Amino acid sequence: MSLTAKDKKMVKAFWAKVAGKAEDIGCDALSRMLVVYPQTKTYFSHWKDLSPGSAPVRKHGGTIMGGISLAVASIDDISAGLLSLSELHAFQLRVDPANFKILSHNILVVLAVLFPKDFNPEAHVAMDKFLAAVGRALSEKYR
Amino acid sequence: MVDWTDAEKSTISAVWGKVDINEVGPLALGRVLIVYPWTQRYFGSFGDVSTPAAIMGNPKVAAHGKIVCGALDKAVKNMGNILATYKSLSETHANKLFVDPDNFRVLADVLTIVIAAKFGASFTPEIQATWQKFMKVVVAAMGSRYI
Repeated sequence: MSLTAKDKKMVKAFWAKVAGKAEDIGCDALSRMLVVYPQTKTYFSHWKDLSPGSAPVRKHGGTIMGGISLAVASIDDISAGLLSLSELHAFQLRVDPANFKILSHNILVVLAVLFPKDFNPEAHVAMDKFLAAVGRALSEKYR
Repeated sequence: MVDWTDAEKSTISAVWGKVDINEVGPLALGRVLIVYPWTQRYFGSFGDVSTPAAIMGNPKVAAHGKIVCGALDKAVKNMGNILATYKSLSETHANKLFVDPDNFRVLADVLTIVIAAKFGASFTPEIQATWQKFMKVVVAAMGSRYI
């Protein structure tokens, strides 16, 4: 299920529209993940405040969106672009890769909430495929 | 099967109360067919599903979307008994329609996204959590008669 030229064009165009709100998107997606899938809190037990929109959640949401932006810029070779992020997640953070799907779902929910008109079915399939590719690239170095 | 708090029951009823089945059903089913095109295999008799525009404009897709969403109404009205409520629907999907049960999870996720688009920011993380718990129970009940 690799990205076609059409998918890449759609992802870049859609990302250009939404990138201005990247931190809001990241903050909201992470907030939702922590509430809807409470098992994910295990990775953030060192934070003082895990509630929706808290300072550490907002900051980390921005960090995550930085990674997504990098993936958009590396869309012709996402694995190469995310190589060191993959190593980070595999060897230091040791995030179970099942969580990439969970976060992806919450990013899609936030895109629907914030951009109901632009997040049409064509944008949805392209972004779903793209986020799945990002998840695969992040999983590359795990074993 | 599942314990619902009063708060959860009223959240689910409130969300469902604001959903127009005739609008949301077609949108959700259409998106499933676009985002997960292999699901089109179940709808060979529906005519033109060759493009997103064809799918979203297809009257058979719309009609079937309304049927599927309408069945959710039974779950909302029988929250204490979803497993029993869906017994025969589950059997039909397993033994007659041969629908891969993973599709129930896929439809639930897409429906959540369509509802999020409709509700905007009022679809808060807490409401999303309760709604997804409800979807999880419905999906499990739909899969319950598969061996």
